[in-house]
Amino acid sequence: MISRRLGRVMLYVALVSGAVIFTIPLLWMLSTAVKPIDQARSSPPRWLPYQHLMEVDGQAVPVGVEDMPEDAAAVSTETPITVGVAYQWVMEIDGQAVPVKPIDEQFDEGEASTVEVVVHYHMQVNDGGGWRLAKLAELNQGEALEGQVDIVVIEDDGYMSRQTVEASRLRRSYDLTTRDMKASFGVSETLAVPVEALSRVWVPWDDRKVLAHVLVDWRDARYGDLTEKIAFRWRNFGDAIEAMDMFPAYLKNTLVLCVLTVIGTVISSTLVAYGFSRIEWPGRDKVFLLVMATMMIPGSVMMVPLFTLFRDMGWIGTLRPLWVPTFFAGAFNVFLLRQFFRTIPKDLSEAAKIDGCSELRVFWQIILPLAKPAITVVALFQFMGTWNDFLGPLIYLTDQEDFTLALGLQFFQSKSGGTQWHYLMAASSLVVLPVIVLFFLAQRTFIEGISMSGLKG
Amino acid sequence: MGGALTRGERQNLYKGLGFISPWIVGFAVFGLYPLCASFYYSFCDYDVLNKPAYVGALNYQDMVGDTVFWKALYNTIYFAVFSIPLGLFTAFMIAVMLNQSVKGRSVFRTLYFLPSIVPLIGVSMIWMWLFNSDYSLVNYSLSKIGLEGPGWLTEEAWVKPTLVMSGVWQVGGTIVIFLAALQDVPRSLYESAEIDGASAPVRLWHITVPMVSPAIYFNLVMGIIGASQEFVRPFVMLNGSGPNRSALLYVVNLYQNAFDYLNMGYACAMAWVLFVIIVLLTWGATVISRKHVYYGGDG
Repeated sequence: MISRRLGRVMLYVALVSGAVIFTIPLLWMLSTAVKPIDQARSSPPRWLPYQHLMEVDGQAVPVGVEDMPEDAAAVSTETPITVGVAYQWVMEIDGQAVPVKPIDEQFDEGEASTVEVVVHYHMQVNDGGGWRLAKLAELNQGEALEGQVDIVVIEDDGYMSRQTVEASRLRRSYDLTTRDMKASFGVSETLAVPVEALSRVWVPWDDRKVLAHVLVDWRDARYGDLTEKIAFRWRNFGDAIEAMDMFPAYLKNTLVLCVLTVIGTVISSTLVAYGFSRIEWPGRDKVFLLVMATMMIPGSVMMVPLFTLFRDMGWIGTLRPLWVPTFFAGAFNVFLLRQFFRTIPKDLSEAAKIDGCSELRVFWQIILPLAKPAITVVALFQFMGTWNDFLGPLIYLTDQEDFTLALGLQFFQSKSGGTQWHYLMAASSLVVLPVIVLFFLAQRTFIEGISMSGLKG
Repeated sequence: MGGALTRGERQNLYKGLGFISPWIVGFAVFGLYPLCASFYYSFCDYDVLNKPAYVGALNYQDMVGDTVFWKALYNTIYFAVFSIPLGLFTAFMIAVMLNQSVKGRSVFRTLYFLPSIVPLIGVSMIWMWLFNSDYSLVNYSLSKIGLEGPGWLTEEAWVKPTLVMSGVWQVGGTIVIFLAALQDVPRSLYESAEIDGASAPVRLWHITVPMVSPAIYFNLVMGIIGASQEFVRPFVMLNGSGPNRSALLYVVNLYQNAFDYLNMGYACAMAWVLFVIIVLLTWGATVISRKHVYYGGDG
């Protein structure tokens, strides 16, 4: 009896520890994806990302910490550290809080009465289709009527064009972030403002390179002055997408391929599987053996001739080599569907045929609706196969704007050279998570599909 | 086939061929043609830019003296010899455990299965990060128990074991197939064995293993096919070949010959050699399985 109980305990210990080992890599990916880079690299590693806060002017401000001893054990509350705090000077313009940059960054708040500051803004014009960036033309040509101005805008095709518009259609948009500032047509203006108009706003240390006109102040402090707060850096996802350069194109290509290959596979494999299971014709089973035999051929044997074939067709550098073949029924899918079609009673289609149904109608109206579970399996596997495919895009795609997510991720990794691990893990999560979500939505279909392929072979 | 067909039979033949016509076209264009072309190219000097020039068996002769070829073949055999049994054993043991009546079984099953659906490119990225030489979680954990972790992806001796491990992480599909097979083993067999006083390991070896042997055979064949064609992980994680080509696998070598060095003819010859090896191994597994695999009553 005791040995039996011991056995149960051991079973649970083994199951739990195994499950932990199997889950850690995925959790570590997600954990790294929401950390700042220094925490991703920190030793000892920590699972939850955090922020250091320090009280500044009675406010708990997220700060940056320098001079932290490498050895965590050597840190005490008295350890001296240098803390970076970030802030902006903000003034109100047209009822809006606008960050400005004092020309003398170190101006004395007590002494000065007026301060010279620089504001950055962009002109925007609303020509019916929403606000877009514009620039006042350097020379107004003179013939512009009262209340009208000449401006330059960038058209969708990238060329600039000159227009005359009513002044009321123009507005100023103040730059709030560094990205705003980088946009073309930026204007800066120097103003002398009374010192009371400026107020100092503390901003999170992490945002110092994102927000406009952030100044940094270094202060001596002790480790005990800091508090810690768990903070997920969701911005990594957006930053990673931006760093990947063409992420939207990658995503679009991948989705286009997924849709086309799923459609192609479902249409062609169901037709072919029907021909191999619901119609008796001489030689059928011999031909089916041939279908099965093609599964044995390693893909690498066909790699070169398929490449040259698609090259002769002028398809290299397009998505076509990746989806057109799926419209011609893959052996594995035909096999799966045929197994399923065979379980549907013959009487059903016989009765329909006696009533004058054509073979295509039997296929369409009787067999397909009944085979939905098997079709779902095939569609799901094809979707996953396309989403995950790496070798195909690697061989056939040449331009970055045609890449799929899988290839784009590798391109990003080899380009960033293994330094920006937090972005790389964020980008990987974006590739991995949709598949995992899909799995949770269709868990039973998945498991049944795999059991189906393995058992009845 | 020789005899004349009746009208009905002929009609069915046309209908059948009509339904399978997508496959016929696809097989001709994307199957038969590349297969023949590949065989022909394997006897040619072919760099894509110029027309293939027939050179006889030169490509195959070159292979004999090509040290990189032998290294890649050796690496692939090494990889297969460790990853297939390790994967089968791990998957089998997990499946046996999951087949017990345990609480939270479906949660465990999900956790074990999940890694297997992670796209290979994602697996590569995760593994590069986990087994990184500078900031790796794995080496930190090892240092906690007093071990100094090696450069998993940078030291010649460790790159292949690292590849094997990342493969074992993805045994979810194999587990599911084992589980399905285990569920078909009649309970009565275990009960009568228990009455006869057979211990748990004895029951496992003498009842479970023979009863699921078809699944073992199936997974073994899939393992052979999968391991011999391993591409994405070594290509991405080790930049193709790893230090001193220690993780250059067969298909990666083939890909490099075809698309980096434009030795397309040589690459085709390599592909055919691989094909023959896979067929021989599968045949070998089948011959062995005839003796040992038990296909129930209906097999």
